[in-house]
Amino acid sequence: MSKVKSEYLINRKDNQYEVVIGLEVHAQVTSESKLFSTSSTKFGAEPNTQVSLVDAAFPGMLPVINEFCVKQAIKTGIGLNAKINNRSVFDRKNYFYADLPQGYQISQFKDPIVGEGKVILDMPEGQKEIGIERLHLEQDAGKSIHDLDPQSTYVDLNRSGVALMEIVSKPDLRSPDEVSAYIKKLRSIMRYLGTCDGNMQEGSLRADVNVSVRAKGSKDLGTRCEIKNVNSIKFMQMAINYEANRQVDLIEEGKSIDQETRLFDTRKNETRSMRSKEDAHDYRYFPDPDLLPLEVSNEFINRLKSEIPELPDDKKKRFIKDFKVSPYEANILVSDIDTAKYFEEVVTKMGKNKDIKLAVNWITGELFAVLNDKNLEISQSPISSKNLAILINLIKNGTISGKIAKTVFEIMMDGDKDPQKIVEEKGLKQQSDPKALEALIDKIINDNRQKAIEYKQGKEKLFGFFVGQAMKASGGKANPQLINEILKKKL
Amino acid sequence: MMSDITKQSLSELVKNIKEKKLSSKEITKAFIDRSQKSKELNVYISEDYSSALEKAKKFDEKPNLDLKLPGIPIAVKDLFCTKNVRTTAGSKILNNFVPTYESTVTQNIWNEGAILLGKLNCDEFAMGSSNETSFFGNVQNPIDKNLVPGGSSGGSASAVAGQLTPITIGTDTGGSIRQPASFTGIVGLKPTYGSCSRYGIVAFASSLDQAGPMAQNVKDCALLQEIISTYDSKDSTSIDFKRNEYSKELTKNIKGKKIGIPKEYRVDGMPKEIEELWQKGIQYAKDCGAEIIDITLPHTSYALPTYYIVAPAEASSNLARYDGVKYGFRAKGENLIDMYEKTRSEGFGAEVQRRIMIGTYVLSSGYYDAYYLKAQRVRKLIKNDFDEVFKKVDAILTPSTPSSAFKIGEKKDDPVSMYLNDIFTVPVNLAGLPGISIPAGHDLKGYPLGLQIIGKAFDEQNILNIAYAMEEKIGFKNKINDWWIK
Repeated sequence: MSKVKSEYLINRKDNQYEVVIGLEVHAQVTSESKLFSTSSTKFGAEPNTQVSLVDAAFPGMLPVINEFCVKQAIKTGIGLNAKINNRSVFDRKNYFYADLPQGYQISQFKDPIVGEGKVILDMPEGQKEIGIERLHLEQDAGKSIHDLDPQSTYVDLNRSGVALMEIVSKPDLRSPDEVSAYIKKLRSIMRYLGTCDGNMQEGSLRADVNVSVRAKGSKDLGTRCEIKNVNSIKFMQMAINYEANRQVDLIEEGKSIDQETRLFDTRKNETRSMRSKEDAHDYRYFPDPDLLPLEVSNEFINRLKSEIPELPDDKKKRFIKDFKVSPYEANILVSDIDTAKYFEEVVTKMGKNKDIKLAVNWITGELFAVLNDKNLEISQSPISSKNLAILINLIKNGTISGKIAKTVFEIMMDGDKDPQKIVEEKGLKQQSDPKALEALIDKIINDNRQKAIEYKQGKEKLFGFFVGQAMKASGGKANPQLINEILKKKL
Repeated sequence: MMSDITKQSLSELVKNIKEKKLSSKEITKAFIDRSQKSKELNVYISEDYSSALEKAKKFDEKPNLDLKLPGIPIAVKDLFCTKNVRTTAGSKILNNFVPTYESTVTQNIWNEGAILLGKLNCDEFAMGSSNETSFFGNVQNPIDKNLVPGGSSGGSASAVAGQLTPITIGTDTGGSIRQPASFTGIVGLKPTYGSCSRYGIVAFASSLDQAGPMAQNVKDCALLQEIISTYDSKDSTSIDFKRNEYSKELTKNIKGKKIGIPKEYRVDGMPKEIEELWQKGIQYAKDCGAEIIDITLPHTSYALPTYYIVAPAEASSNLARYDGVKYGFRAKGENLIDMYEKTRSEGFGAEVQRRIMIGTYVLSSGYYDAYYLKAQRVRKLIKNDFDEVFKKVDAILTPSTPSSAFKIGEKKDDPVSMYLNDIFTVPVNLAGLPGISIPAGHDLKGYPLGLQIIGKAFDEQNILNIAYAMEEKIGFKNKINDWWIK
């Protein structure tokens, strides 16, 4: 595959344009309680049932940092190969809105907790490094609900004060596909670390997308537009595609691009101006005097480093090396922590005489198909890793054929039944007794004398007919390899 | 002898309760009776008398005499959130606000057996030096008719001086305890920043706000400080240091203590009587065996402008939560923005609005560096001045205010002259240090004048000791003739 082919360029007459994309990802920190209060963060509770006096900004209430959230942010920083800052500062971002009870959001402006880092993307044309500018901690706002009442807006503060990590990339992304790979990679790393569940439907992961275009080969950055709060990879890709083309059209028409904040309309598949640079809020950032600067020692950071699990990149290397899987297979297996976990469990439980290739095929084939079909996560798999390992061993040691295994697999789905038992109860064990098979084949040849003669005269196609008859006669349980051998001998 | 009861100091009242010479109910009733005869002083925003009597009765039925404030009735500044008792911060915007929670500092007082009498008047959101910005009207100084009590803890100061509460707590952001203490002839301590929890105190300027005791004498003040100063994990700026038992460890022996006299506090236009008071104070300190050392705090003149950038900046953000959405006053509006504008225009008074505007301005992009950032740098220099000086001295002695109390209305329309009231107290807040004001004399009109003793951070015991020793030498008597009681 040539490099040029996978490049994402926008063509107009004689001109080619390159798209430059940077993302600000908002990832909800996995934690029991909020960033500065003890209220629960559980998703889906009744409105305004998870709101403390601090979250609702009652007079005299003060924020107290949740140490767990700090650890989560640092772990994420480590996962992004980033510099962890020993000293960071919480600032107030001041603006008025009904779902912002304090009248300011506590965020980190000048001194974030995590500095520069990088993530590696596996693209079809090879690996690509995306720079991370910073990661900072901040509070989420509440939720305004405008469509419950024609006259009023309702406010739900359950989300108010929930910890977010804002992860800002460098403008290193060049295509919707890279954006997709980047988001997936970030999500994968955070799920490995247990720092963000990455659930985009529940809003645990959303992004502001900065898009600009420039003539191919140019080194200067064009004027960028920021598309706010896009909450699915598909929408991000659609928004980028629309926005890049819009900007190119403007340039082609000799017009200039205004730096502005835009919204993506998912129904019309277009971006719309939300506010221009001139209308941008003056947030009046200043250090929050209710909070001391956040100081973390190197010992503290090192302790967290020692708690970091094996991350996708390392796991991939190990899978290729230890299990001899292909890079492509390794990518599939490590991209989701639960898949990797499941795979490794199957490998372990298969014991000494294992067939890893077979395990990979069954997981990425049959199992993924079922999960997809039933819309389940692998953690909810109806078949346990233990039983899948047993099933694969049954194939490997010749107890059942691959075909019978599919039947067993179907039965296993109902209540995660032990495949060994299924094979015994249903009598599905492969017939591998040569004497019994010879007798069976003798009978078939006898019953089909004419066809046997035709085969001997050169009609080789008929070999398949005899195999089919033998399998049929054995109820599908005959060892196909043995059938082949005996038939070749006898015909 | 009801009237005698209210004349007693806290220590005397505690002693009488412990010796069962007085009941909590008798004491509580005495303060309520006098308070009811003193409505003209306008010290109360909310009275909680019937509940107080109930609590006193309960206390008497099962008195726990091991407590430090056994059955003692106390009124507190209306900036402290009190559970189920309206808390207004002197503002219309919180006129109807009843907290469901208690501030740590007031909780500490109730834990020692004290009983809430009511909530005391103060400048709106503690922004003022004369108690004239309160939505609930002026407070009269018991010293003389139509005299301001100072601010912002004006109601608290008048209540102690007028014997409507045996002691009280105030808050001090730029002098709000010490200046009114000085104007009313009582003792007021602004503790080290981080000494008393800010949890549950309506915030004005978070990096400067500090609660503190106000009392008739130094001993009572020390006892109250001992009670209210606790480490509190609910306030991230609370500091976990070893706190003294200030009242127990109180001593008049200050022999050999080095006391600094900063030349920069001799400001232009300062009345002669203030200078004389200061000299007298120096003499008293010497008489107590202290050593006097001339010192310099070179950045003093920048303290006031620095304060009037930092405090409004923080206030503009702290007061953003009063938007009519969740609690408090709400004006009707056409839409959200209109509701905000009307609520905040009608809910906040002129001085609060002025400070919100100053604060918003100095934090705005393009002005931040020139104002807020520069002010923070100067603040550091001011703190460095003190750090330098405290290598050589144990405490610093200054006047508390550049003048005695002024008439109601006299400075109301001149904010800058009003702000100048805090010139001696503000540097202490900027540096986060403890400072105490003790009454030290009278001016020609017979109005009280105070001296301020500034200490090292966490060294409350030392400045209380110096104040205690000087208090005896000074022998101050407040001249109050109960003019308001008919």
